[in-house]
Amino acid sequence: MLRLAGVHVHYGPIHALRGIDLSVRVGEVVTLIGANGAGKSTLLMSLFGQPRISSGSIVFDGEDISRLPTHLIARRDISLVPEGRRVFPRMTVLENLLMGAATADADHRETELARMYALFPVLRERLQQRAGTLSGGEQQMLAIARGLMARPKLLLLDEPSLGLAPLYIKKIFHTLRELNEEHGVTILLVEQNAHHALRVAHRGYVLQHGRIVMSGSGRDLLASAEVRAAYLEGGQRSAPC
Amino acid sequence: MALALQQLINGLTLGAVYGLIAIGYTMVYGIIGMINFAHGDIYMVSAFIAVTGFTLLAAFGVHSVALALFVVLALAVLFTSVYGWAVERVAYRPLRGSARLVPLISSIGMSIFLQNLVQLTQGARVKPIPPMITGGVDLLTVDGFTARLSYSQILIVLVTVALLAAFTWLIQRTSFGRRQRACEQDRTMTALLGIDVDRTISLTFMLGAALAAVAGVLVTMYYGVIDFYIGFVAGIKAFTAAVLGGIGSLPGAMLGGLIIGLIEAFWSNYLSAEYKDVATFSILILVLLFRPSGLLGRPEVEKV
Ligand SMILES: Nc1ncnc2c1ncn2[C@@H]1O[C@H](COP(=O)(O)OP(=O)(O)OP(=O)(O)O)[C@@H](O)[C@H]1O
Ligand SMILES: [Mg+2]
Repeated sequence: MLRLAGVHVHYGPIHALRGIDLSVRVGEVVTLIGANGAGKSTLLMSLFGQPRISSGSIVFDGEDISRLPTHLIARRDISLVPEGRRVFPRMTVLENLLMGAATADADHRETELARMYALFPVLRERLQQRAGTLSGGEQQMLAIARGLMARPKLLLLDEPSLGLAPLYIKKIFHTLRELNEEHGVTILLVEQNAHHALRVAHRGYVLQHGRIVMSGSGRDLLASAEVRAAYLEGGQRSAPC
Repeated sequence: MALALQQLINGLTLGAVYGLIAIGYTMVYGIIGMINFAHGDIYMVSAFIAVTGFTLLAAFGVHSVALALFVVLALAVLFTSVYGWAVERVAYRPLRGSARLVPLISSIGMSIFLQNLVQLTQGARVKPIPPMITGGVDLLTVDGFTARLSYSQILIVLVTVALLAAFTWLIQRTSFGRRQRACEQDRTMTALLGIDVDRTISLTFMLGAALAAVAGVLVTMYYGVIDFYIGFVAGIKAFTAAVLGGIGSLPGAMLGGLIIGLIEAFWSNYLSAEYKDVATFSILILVLLFRPSGLLGRPEVEKV
């Protein structure tokens, strides 16, 4: 469904991605873990041309999307819930949701709104509240719901658990699993919270200094001594899934 | 008393016009974070279109004021929104992402270009047209002075109120308005949701230009004289209005316009008509010094 081959990204002199090969198949949950500054967010954003890749190819659903304008990539069946949520703070919850399906027809919008209310009942109670005044966890749910409004086949999430209380984290991972298993959404998940991520993921990649240094099934990576040492210390005990 | 009432009426009329122009500054600032210095001239171009249009229509025997007004408004809005679009394409889009000062300078360049173009083709002399709407309502006479609300003033205020209502609806209630506000808050995120940000920015320039065009036509009809320099003066006043109201805020732009209009009217009457522009510029400086976020604006720093 998604295949990156030899992808390089530069920020001026900074070589942020150094030859990434990665693929996501239909129906999978794939996770990408790595330390701060490894290039995880850069990878997700570069799928949308923000920034543009300097070489390599990004094929989604059989089409090379690496040269398309950002908004046209977003109109394919692919949605990004970016790092830091980026809800529109001065718009209401409802308006934020509608923005998620801004290019869809009214029918689609109504159906998806109803689905989001069922998936995230808190949002329904807050429809007229400004998104900037929601709690962090609520904003994260709004960001995910906004991403889902477009009815994506592939959902990309950048650290959805960042800064959230264990209860919210649990809820979000539960929601992701439900989306994948019951709604057939394919997911590429970037996480610091490697323990949770690897448990929901079918497969995982480990990114280090802009390179993929390890990949395998979620279970294998969980068991791998290196991954445990680098990303799982403490994580296991602090927030059981 | 009657004199004060008259100044109130004049000030509000003038303020409505400044407010219409100020909305263009504020919207463009809201969406790209920059002042469009070519905006004031849109108003001037529209005034010239109005003079030419009214004169031609009269020559062709169109005597219905309503029809003439409608045709001229349509023409002015059409021309200036194309111009607004062109300003964005030529002076702003190619420079997006460069230092903030750069597009500012190119927009001043566009403004000088347009002023000179009009001066060359239309001449530097003041252009008059015969009054179109005469008459009015006498409100109050005290000591031989009669405060009068003219029909053209009523028209200006009515048109402004109607446009403002339509505009507020457009921004607050429609899908275009949501896109526009989304672009103001986070352009990258808006693009990530499939929205053509460039197109939204272009439309914003065009809408701002259309409002300034209406202001230009109304003023031409109201004062009956224009020259190629009015865009600069009205532009700076409307800009002051936008800053005073809080740049980026639509109600702020209108409020700022009304305040500037009132101050100007009262100042010219009670203090000195020659120095009325001094009042506006002093306000601009004071606001920038002491309350840069304006009356209704939000502070630059936002919690994330
Ligand atoms: N806009 C930018 N301009 C310049 N350098 C950038 C930019 N964005 C990211 N970088 C650099 O690229 C590298 C990768 O950053 P990225 O944000 O992708 O890391 P990350 O893996 O998402 O980290 P984190 O876990 O902290 O979110 C970092 O060294 C960062 O400093
Ligand atoms: Mg990141």
